[in-house]
Amino acid sequence: MRNLIDIRDLSTTEIDELIAVANDIIANPGKYSEVCRGKKLATLFFEPSTRTRLSFEAAMYELGGNVLSVAGGNSSSAAKGESVADTAKTVSCYADIIAMRHPKEGAPLVASMNASIPVINAGDGGHNHPTQTLADLLTISREKGRLGNLTVGFCGDLKFGRTVHSLIAALSRYTGIKIVLISPTELRVPDYIKAEVMEKNAIPYEETTDLLSAMPELDILYMTRVQRERFFNEEDYLRLKDSYILTPDKLIGAKEDLSILHPLPRVNEIAVAIDNDPRACYFKQVFNGKIMRMALIMKLLEVTV
Amino acid sequence: MNIDSIKNGIVIDHITAGKGMELYRLLSLGDLDCTVALIKNVGSKKMGKKDIIKIDADIDLSMDILGYVDPNVTVNVIREGKNVEKRRIGLPERLTDVIKCKNPRCITTTEQELSHVFVLTDKKAHVYRCLYCEAKADGNE
Repeated sequence: MRNLIDIRDLSTTEIDELIAVANDIIANPGKYSEVCRGKKLATLFFEPSTRTRLSFEAAMYELGGNVLSVAGGNSSSAAKGESVADTAKTVSCYADIIAMRHPKEGAPLVASMNASIPVINAGDGGHNHPTQTLADLLTISREKGRLGNLTVGFCGDLKFGRTVHSLIAALSRYTGIKIVLISPTELRVPDYIKAEVMEKNAIPYEETTDLLSAMPELDILYMTRVQRERFFNEEDYLRLKDSYILTPDKLIGAKEDLSILHPLPRVNEIAVAIDNDPRACYFKQVFNGKIMRMALIMKLLEVTV
Repeated sequence: MNIDSIKNGIVIDHITAGKGMELYRLLSLGDLDCTVALIKNVGSKKMGKKDIIKIDADIDLSMDILGYVDPNVTVNVIREGKNVEKRRIGLPERLTDVIKCKNPRCITTTEQELSHVFVLTDKKAHVYRCLYCEAKADGNE
């Protein structure tokens, strides 16, 4: 039995296989509409989430399966003090697979160590969110036709952004990747990501505070939100916030085939005017997320068409 | 200064000078009722200065703690006054309930029954990370 707790749990070959299945699902959705008939997905969400939970549930329904849902820790036995281990053992008696979101980092791993069914990490605090990374990888693959030989810019909050760290880790296993890290000094990528991920894999990278100067070389621009609460003082926030808001004028100089990604939700870091630009891929990412979750559920349940 | 040699027991040698007390504490040697000697700043040809711990009883020592605190120590097992075994330790791949995770967001902070497990992720830099949340062992991240 396999689980997905960290994107590195999957080899690049397995990711390629998931992408191949995902592309086939997009091309032939009818082929997959009954493959999980009789199977149940339990979505255990101990912290608020709209898109991820709906994405998992939509994915399971589109495979012909059913969903058992716990939304919000307050309505569950966790509120009565039940441990993650006990919850995992209990739910294993009801469902065939678990998708778990939890505010505590490592909770899905604990669940996977105690469950007798596969566990998917649907986000654990600021730590991991591997199915978002799968959505990102499918989007890059579909837009570019490859996952290597790309210059990928990450912009915004690179210090606390778990999706940024996971995607860097995933891309660092491919060849020809160059990474450009665009952020205010206060929100740079942590040193351990540089040392233990990029440098360890000999991935060339550069750090800059200037989005405009970095723009022309980028094949992918991965935007994230710069949040007010991350700054020590209001003055710095006001000074810096506009530098990391993507507006149409900042795209002058960008490649014609640039792909703009964002894990969403967006607040104001990408101007709505960009939504109609063919380079905007963030809503395709949402769709791709559901498709990759379908492919992942099939893989972990070991069902085939 | 003379410290009696031991008949049956353990000598932890080649402890980096200054780390003897930390090992004494983490190995809970203060709880033993046999003779225990912590000798600090012993002259050493190889190390300049070193600490030594002598335990006058054959006890089970946590090799994980020894390896984590000071991977270069040697453990000598003494039987009938003779050194019958000399063990080099090295860095353990995994530490269970040796150190605690300090990340307030880690699942170990709320699930009291969970073991605190750390995994060696960078041998060269001696980096251990929490199995659950991947926070660095010293909490400086």
